[in-house]
Amino acid sequence: MASTAEGSQEGITQKGVRRRDWIHIAALSTAGVGGASILFPLVSQMAPTKDVLAASTTDVDISSLEPGQSVKTSFRDQPLFVKRMSEGEMEEVAAVDVSSLRDPQTLEERLGANNAEGILVQLGVCTHLGCVPLGAGEGESKGEYDGYFCPCHGSHYDAAGRIRKGPAPKNLAVPEFAFTSESTIRVG
Amino acid sequence: MSFAWANQYEPKTAFTKWIDEKLPLPRLVYNAVGSGYPVPRNLNYMWNFGVLAGFCLVLQIVTGVVLAMHYTANADGAFASTEHIMRNVNYGWLMRYAHANGASFFFIVVYLHIFRGFFYSSYKAPREMIWLLGVVIFLLMMATAFMGYVLPWGQMSFWGAKVITGLFGAIPFIGEPLQTWLVGGFAPNASTLNRFFSLHFLLPFVIAGVVILHIWALHIPGSSNPTGVEVKSESDTVPFHPYYTAKDGFGLGIFLIAYALFVFFLPNFLGHPDNYIEANPLSTPAHIVPEWYFLPFYAILRSFTGDLTIPFLGTILIEAKLLGVIAMFGSILVWFFLPWLDKSPVRSGHYRPMFRIFFWILVVDMLVLLVCGGLPAEQPYVLISQIATAYYFLHFLVILPIVSQIEIPKPLPYSITEAVLGKDDTEAAPQPAA
Amino acid sequence: MTIRLAGILIGLAFTAVLLLWSLVPGVLNFSLPEEAEYEAFYEPNVAPEGGFSFEGPLGKWDNQQLQRGYQVYKEVCAACHGLKYVAFRNLGELGYNEAEVRALAAEWQIGDIDAKDGSDIERAGLPTDMFPEPYANVVEARAFNNNAVPPDLSLMAKARPDGTHYIYSLMIGYTEPDPEDQAESPEFETPSGLYFNEHFHNINIAMPPPLTDGVVSYSDGTEATTEQMAQDIAAFLTWTAEPQLVKRKQMGWFIIIFLIFATGLAYLSKKQVWADKKKK
Repeated sequence: MASTAEGSQEGITQKGVRRRDWIHIAALSTAGVGGASILFPLVSQMAPTKDVLAASTTDVDISSLEPGQSVKTSFRDQPLFVKRMSEGEMEEVAAVDVSSLRDPQTLEERLGANNAEGILVQLGVCTHLGCVPLGAGEGESKGEYDGYFCPCHGSHYDAAGRIRKGPAPKNLAVPEFAFTSESTIRVG
Repeated sequence: MSFAWANQYEPKTAFTKWIDEKLPLPRLVYNAVGSGYPVPRNLNYMWNFGVLAGFCLVLQIVTGVVLAMHYTANADGAFASTEHIMRNVNYGWLMRYAHANGASFFFIVVYLHIFRGFFYSSYKAPREMIWLLGVVIFLLMMATAFMGYVLPWGQMSFWGAKVITGLFGAIPFIGEPLQTWLVGGFAPNASTLNRFFSLHFLLPFVIAGVVILHIWALHIPGSSNPTGVEVKSESDTVPFHPYYTAKDGFGLGIFLIAYALFVFFLPNFLGHPDNYIEANPLSTPAHIVPEWYFLPFYAILRSFTGDLTIPFLGTILIEAKLLGVIAMFGSILVWFFLPWLDKSPVRSGHYRPMFRIFFWILVVDMLVLLVCGGLPAEQPYVLISQIATAYYFLHFLVILPIVSQIEIPKPLPYSITEAVLGKDDTEAAPQPAA
Repeated sequence: MTIRLAGILIGLAFTAVLLLWSLVPGVLNFSLPEEAEYEAFYEPNVAPEGGFSFEGPLGKWDNQQLQRGYQVYKEVCAACHGLKYVAFRNLGELGYNEAEVRALAAEWQIGDIDAKDGSDIERAGLPTDMFPEPYANVVEARAFNNNAVPPDLSLMAKARPDGTHYIYSLMIGYTEPDPEDQAESPEFETPSGLYFNEHFHNINIAMPPPLTDGVVSYSDGTEATTEQMAQDIAAFLTWTAEPQLVKRKQMGWFIIIFLIFATGLAYLSKKQVWADKKKK
């Protein structure tokens, strides 16, 4: 090999060497850009597909909900709890000193604006590690604060879905929703 | 292995030294496709197709793994999941078209690679093992491609699966139970689809394994070259890197331009419209054809139209169906015997005037078979494909052995260097320990 | 040597079997396939004057045309043909805004179950719904259509050779048999229940002529001639079969120009590397 290596050095001017290097650098960087841009479709194909992104609203009929009663449905592949809070629950929740909470939110903040009927809409996903808390169904454990209880790691939420005890860091998430008529809400 | 003058890998930094001691992978690459592999300096562009075939395998595995993330191997959902990939998955259409056309381009590249081997007799000693492994790769590719074509579960997928598995039914005694076992039922069904998906995912990695053996076997005698004269001295070779990495880079660019033209502008040109109709076990398409790369072999299969009978008695010895199946498999198996059928001492077709003529007849013959395989099984195409099939077998089994015996080759150059530069000033170097 | 001798013998024997038992009987009984009677009436696909806007490497969708085509599908084809791989949300790609898509979806009735008692109900379509199937199942489709199942149209433009022109040609192919051909095959007659169509591969098609002048009235003022509607529905069904067609070709240009540039550099680089190894 020694002789071929020397052979390639001989007889090439300083200018020649520079031009040669420039071509190789340009060719290699172009190949690099091409190779790197292949990664873009390969990565983005794993992002949510168009049909998943499109299935983004859920309509819930709330006409038959009695005070204190909940309905479980699903929103974006996750459980959704819709509850008509009873007067007692609202009073109890409103009486708590907000500053004492881990994730301070008032009842109004939980329910959203223009929500005189006390319709509480939240994702049934524990903010700790994602289990479905109990408390929305008839006869399920409601935990120590008369709201929701997550059996996986023992998080207790109150009737407004605010975290009160246990490892969960946040209140149950409230998705965007709107009243489309007296009897239905559209979530998402 | 390799030549005495091959560059030696020398790790420079402390880290590469440490790696070289624990796991000498950089050394392996350096000696396989780096500066450590001396390659004849006179390789022409026909020698690009080995690297391109390797590229195609990687391309197919990458796009295939991506498609498998979205595909459902279920007879009720396979066709719909293919449409889901085309319509909903981000760049799913690109992945699918890249994979489907990638299969075609893989075969184009491999056919050119094989015919390069035919013309330059790359199968001759000391390279028989490389050739045998190559034929194994080709057979595995055919199985993989066939099963992949079944997966979208369109009309051609289904009827292709039915016809091809039906070939096994031709085997005497065990044929029918074997066929039922292969498809897991009496006709292709959900079980067939599922097992084909599993095997279609597995076989590419088997191919990759055999490819490694193929390259390993190649590095023992080193690459052949267009003169067919073995490497004599250092001036006959150049290091693989940068000489052939640069040349392969350019070849890859040309390949990608042609490939991109198909993927982006003619993505369905090589496919069949019937495969956009969901599989229907109760309705056969008017004209079943396999993918284009199987057509020559399909023509050979169909050219046996008459049972082998004892003349005047009419007793059937071998049914036409079985003859066709034997011929189709035989047409590829015959390649395994090439190193021993062609005994000419000269390798390169450039120096074999008689062989060269027959080589080009074979090329035309294969193209005729390809065209006939895609046409309906009616006259005069049946007649033409019968003549072409006859030539195909005569070429390998009769013409090659005889030509290699009687041909007078043209004078060979003294060395590769002489062939390139017109003179070879190197002293008659001692034969390197190959 | 043994291998070569065996090879020659096997090769000769094999060829003899092929030639004597397959080729010779074929030659003795040689006959070209007869042309079926109806084939004389068949006319190859035709293209509309001026072609389609999306054809060619630089083609683009004509959204106005696609919207008209959607109207033809909805008011004419949808009675018998499904579009099951297309969702209403996809109509957004035809230039409708979100509210319009929602309104268009709501014009369709979608089978669903009652949220309270699980009974079958029909409700207004949502953008996320797929186009509904016209028949409950294949048996019903067959029973309603004289045993011919109307195929789903989502992929029709790709499921036939030269599909876009096929759809266009089929729509305008309901003519009378050419008198010259008819004179040559006086026996030829379209069976009852079928319709003569010179662009259909079997000539006699089970689908009655779907388009007559003015069968829809276009809101954009275009005159709804059969020819116009044929173009519009062919364009719309090309879009349903390959919605990414235009995007794909635009991306292709970008990539091919990049590849030519990169390959040019690779060539120069290769030339430089090899400069001292070539014959001087």
